[in-house]
Amino acid sequence: MIEINGLTKDFGSLRAVDRLSLRIQKGEIFGLLGPNGAGKTTTVRMLTMLTRPTAGEAYIAGYEVQRDLARVRHAIGVVPQHMNLDQELTARENLELHGRLYKIPRAERHQRIEELLSFVELTDRADEFVNRFSGGMKRRLMIARALLHRPQVLFLDEPTVGLDPQTRRRMWDLVRRMNREGVTVLLTTHYIEEAEALCHRVGIMDRGKLIALETPAALKEQVGSFVVEGFDGAGATYAFFNTREEAVGYAGSLNEAVTIREATLEDVFVKLTGRKVRD
Amino acid sequence: MLDFYTVFWREMLSFRRTFWKFTATRLISPFLYLVAFGWGLGRNITVNGASYLDFVVPGIIALSAMTVSFNAVGVSLNMSRLYHKTLEEYLLAPVSSFSFVLGKVLAGAVRGLVAALIILLLGFLFGARPAAGLGFFAVISLTCVLFAALGVVAAMTAPSHEDMANFSTFVILPMAFLCGTFFRAENLPRPVADLIYCLPLTHTNYALRALAAVSLHRARSDGAIPDPEDVLVRLRF
Repeated sequence: MIEINGLTKDFGSLRAVDRLSLRIQKGEIFGLLGPNGAGKTTTVRMLTMLTRPTAGEAYIAGYEVQRDLARVRHAIGVVPQHMNLDQELTARENLELHGRLYKIPRAERHQRIEELLSFVELTDRADEFVNRFSGGMKRRLMIARALLHRPQVLFLDEPTVGLDPQTRRRMWDLVRRMNREGVTVLLTTHYIEEAEALCHRVGIMDRGKLIALETPAALKEQVGSFVVEGFDGAGATYAFFNTREEAVGYAGSLNEAVTIREATLEDVFVKLTGRKVRD
Repeated sequence: MLDFYTVFWREMLSFRRTFWKFTATRLISPFLYLVAFGWGLGRNITVNGASYLDFVVPGIIALSAMTVSFNAVGVSLNMSRLYHKTLEEYLLAPVSSFSFVLGKVLAGAVRGLVAALIILLLGFLFGARPAAGLGFFAVISLTCVLFAALGVVAAMTAPSHEDMANFSTFVILPMAFLCGTFFRAENLPRPVADLIYCLPLTHTNYALRALAAVSLHRARSDGAIPDPEDVLVRLRF
């Protein structure tokens, strides 16, 4: 569904995305993981034609994003990181504007708007101005808007940043439900547990490069299933082991307070990049 | 092809909602100009045999058409591009940039025209009797479209809100005062007058004034409309 070949973006002398190549299958929820400044958002912006790549090409639903602009536009839905709803309009009018921009015929448009308002549970707030909405409601409305023209691929850039835990879990359910209805999802996140909970596969980006590409489980296995976390006076130390016995043995050899636990995607990240995912 | 109408529709939706606020805000400075230059300062001045009020009202109409059209498009589009990021919604949509710009410019022109009409009405209450015919409105419309389009250019190129305000201060404000709005540019030294002649609003002012005056003299000699001085006198009592 998405095919990226050698995608590169330079901002002056800074290489934000470095020869990225990637294939995402139809029906997949794919997570791009990485710290701030890793190049995730730039990648999404290139795939959604908001930024021109310096080099490389990308295909979405079989259409090259730079050559076949019009077709790609109908095939994708985008939920950006920042709130970009029209504050002067109500929720329903925001959807109406989107529907008109995508030339959905009137009857179908109205039906689809009602359908999506109920999908994101905003039916009873539909005629309120969006500047009175909470962060989670705005985010849900943005998802409804992105789905209105029935895109095959949905881009979610940091979909749960700044949301409280309950709202976040609701967002995850929403993503799973759309995915079950056949939408391919590419999301970026720096929340490891989000990638673990949602994604079929994750790609880890660091300094513009893809440094790992696997299912979350396979990635964790790759570094070792158990972690011994210690503290050496200056910072946390991590040691990775394949079995619990090995981990316990190592922990016994240390004189400091240690924690033995199962590996998370965060540990994978630490091992691969040598640093923690930061906000 | 009709995509521009969607863009226009959205603008009109928000315009309808903020109509009275918009009207009141846009009225204040032209109203003050009318009071200060038309009623106060200009009461005893005549220009080419006509009252100064008749001279200055077309100028203030041109000035309002310019600033309102420019700001309606410029400020909101610049905000939309840099702050609200709502421009992205249009960039992602299957809508050509031509349709987008056309929709924005038309919407800006409508606001400019509404503002011009209000000034015309206000001027009428003050006693000015410009002959507002078809040509008069055609010139105003053209001015509105021109400055709405300039608003698009400024909004898309200004890298910050401050630069947008600077553009307004360095380009729009001088034109508002210099382009023969309050005085005849010919009275200035030749090089200055030539420079002013290069600016677009000068020609709006001259065209409006010529159109307003031609039929004004005709109408007044027919006795069809009262002399503004009479109205002012009547207003005083």
